[in-house]
Amino acid sequence: MNISVQTRNLTRRFGRFTAVDRVTLDVYEGEIFGFLGANGAGKTTLIRMLTGLLKPTEGEAQVAGFDVWGQSEAIKRRIGYMSQRFSLYEDLTAEENLTFYGGIYGLRRDQIEQRKAILFEHVGLQPFAGQMTRDLPLGFKQRLALACALLHDPPIVFLDEPTSGVDPKARRSFWNLIYQTAQLGKTLFVTTHFMDEAEYCHRVGIMHMGRMIAVGPPGQLKRQYDKSTMQEVFIALHQSSEEAA
Amino acid sequence: MNASLKRVVAIARKEFLHIIHDPRSLVVIFVLPIFQLTMFGYALNMEIKNVDLAVLDYSRSPISWQLVQTFEGSPFFHVQYFDGQPDELERLFLQRKARAALIIHPDFGRDFHRQPATPVQLIIDAVDPNAATLIRNYSLQVIAEFNRRFGGEIRLPFDVEKAIWFNPDLKSAYFFVPGLLALILIMLCTLLTSVTITREKEMGTMEQILVSPVKPREIIIGKVIPYIVISMTIGVLILSIGIVLFGVPFRGSYVLLALFSSIYIITALSMGLMISTIARTQQVAMMMAQIATLLPTIILSGFIFPLSSMPRPLQWVSNIIPAKYYLKIVRGIMLKGNTFSQLIEPAGVLLVMTLLLFLIARRRFSMHLEG
Repeated sequence: MNISVQTRNLTRRFGRFTAVDRVTLDVYEGEIFGFLGANGAGKTTLIRMLTGLLKPTEGEAQVAGFDVWGQSEAIKRRIGYMSQRFSLYEDLTAEENLTFYGGIYGLRRDQIEQRKAILFEHVGLQPFAGQMTRDLPLGFKQRLALACALLHDPPIVFLDEPTSGVDPKARRSFWNLIYQTAQLGKTLFVTTHFMDEAEYCHRVGIMHMGRMIAVGPPGQLKRQYDKSTMQEVFIALHQSSEEAA
Repeated sequence: MNASLKRVVAIARKEFLHIIHDPRSLVVIFVLPIFQLTMFGYALNMEIKNVDLAVLDYSRSPISWQLVQTFEGSPFFHVQYFDGQPDELERLFLQRKARAALIIHPDFGRDFHRQPATPVQLIIDAVDPNAATLIRNYSLQVIAEFNRRFGGEIRLPFDVEKAIWFNPDLKSAYFFVPGLLALILIMLCTLLTSVTITREKEMGTMEQILVSPVKPREIIIGKVIPYIVISMTIGVLILSIGIVLFGVPFRGSYVLLALFSSIYIITALSMGLMISTIARTQQVAMMMAQIATLLPTIILSGFIFPLSSMPRPLQWVSNIIPAKYYLKIVRGIMLKGNTFSQLIEPAGVLLVMTLLLFLIARRRFSMHLEG
């Protein structure tokens, strides 16, 4: 299998605080990689480094085969990003938001129209195309944000806590959407702090205090730690690393 | 269309959409300058008319009557006879029934024909010093007029003939229309630019843009284009109102003014950019833009208060106020019909200032985004 995201001892420090501590990780093409950790564990910092928003302090990382140190331009064209904070223009319609993101990725007019049609279909937003974004229910805003991240057809998509703040039903249907997106052959890198969502991932990585303390398929991790849910695995791992510290 | 241009167009288009979708902002942007213009136009009137003048004529001679008549004939004064004692005049001033008093002593009629110079006394209420100066000047004009007509054979060896150029009637509209143009352009551009960028930071949309291949300079250009268009439109609006409503002349070239105005607008946009790299919220950005533009432009540019009458240190500070140079340019072009070569000095300073400011702002902005 081809590797989509690869890091070697990737580290980021803010002054004396180490937010991400020597993380080494491989994410494969077409995978839904779940990225777990409590708030402040370093998930967002790691994603920000991989998307080129933040320079690493040291270590190496390749995204879509390009180096984060010198080839961030090439990386940016090949990734989609949906940030933790809902970040679409509330005073633009759903369609205008998509058109804008098409424009800043340098797509042609006809490409934008074509992709818009496909994505509205994909995320089920057709009836709301002309509505102001601020009037959409939160679940639909999130679908729109995903559509914006997918507009330029990137092979790798980073979703930073995409389901925070929505009800369980909307979360469930958003995960269906994530599955459908993976079936298009895309690599999805999803951070979450909902342990039930971890069960949906092909593989998960668990982060604690800036370090990656476990990586593997949910089933394997549950067997390894002799637990029945990811929730329990997470708590067990948390305690053991707390004791080690 | 190459990719970079496409990205710039996408950002500029989105920025226009923000404005169109929020008609209130559009109203504020356009109504505010018109409001300010009319306010300044009618309130900031440097011409004083109908000053209440109390006259104490102890002489009661034909010639003193002529003097009072000359005051009465002037549109500046409204003459009121007062028969009391000089020490009661104070009460008149305190009650604001008079702003000036003319006292003609009993021997005026006799002395006028005998002595080369005959004094009269003029008392002016100087609570408002500017008005007092004006009243004094008007009075001297009236007295000069009186002397010409009744002074008889006695004449000064020479006569000063006054000629006021470029604004012969000393109309205030002539100076506040250019001043307001300078003020509104810098205030609005700085404010709009800093707020539009800070808003994206506040909403988190800046991050979403930054993971795309967009470069900082494309963000700057795309964001600034709509505001250049708006600023130019407002500039035209102010000029039209000034010319049509207030009768301000336009003696120079429109093209030249447009050229220099665009430099000035870029100065304002650079200031806005600079502020956006410091302010975290729209509110803070708004306040900073106000502080950086409103008072310095009103006080230190020569808009209202002449720079030459300020203390030295303030005069030095005024050298870094862009509006000072722009004001020279606008007044020069509108009132004097200055040509390009006559404006090289202020235009050169403004250009250098703008370039410097823009380069620093751009550098700061790029570094700020790359965090």
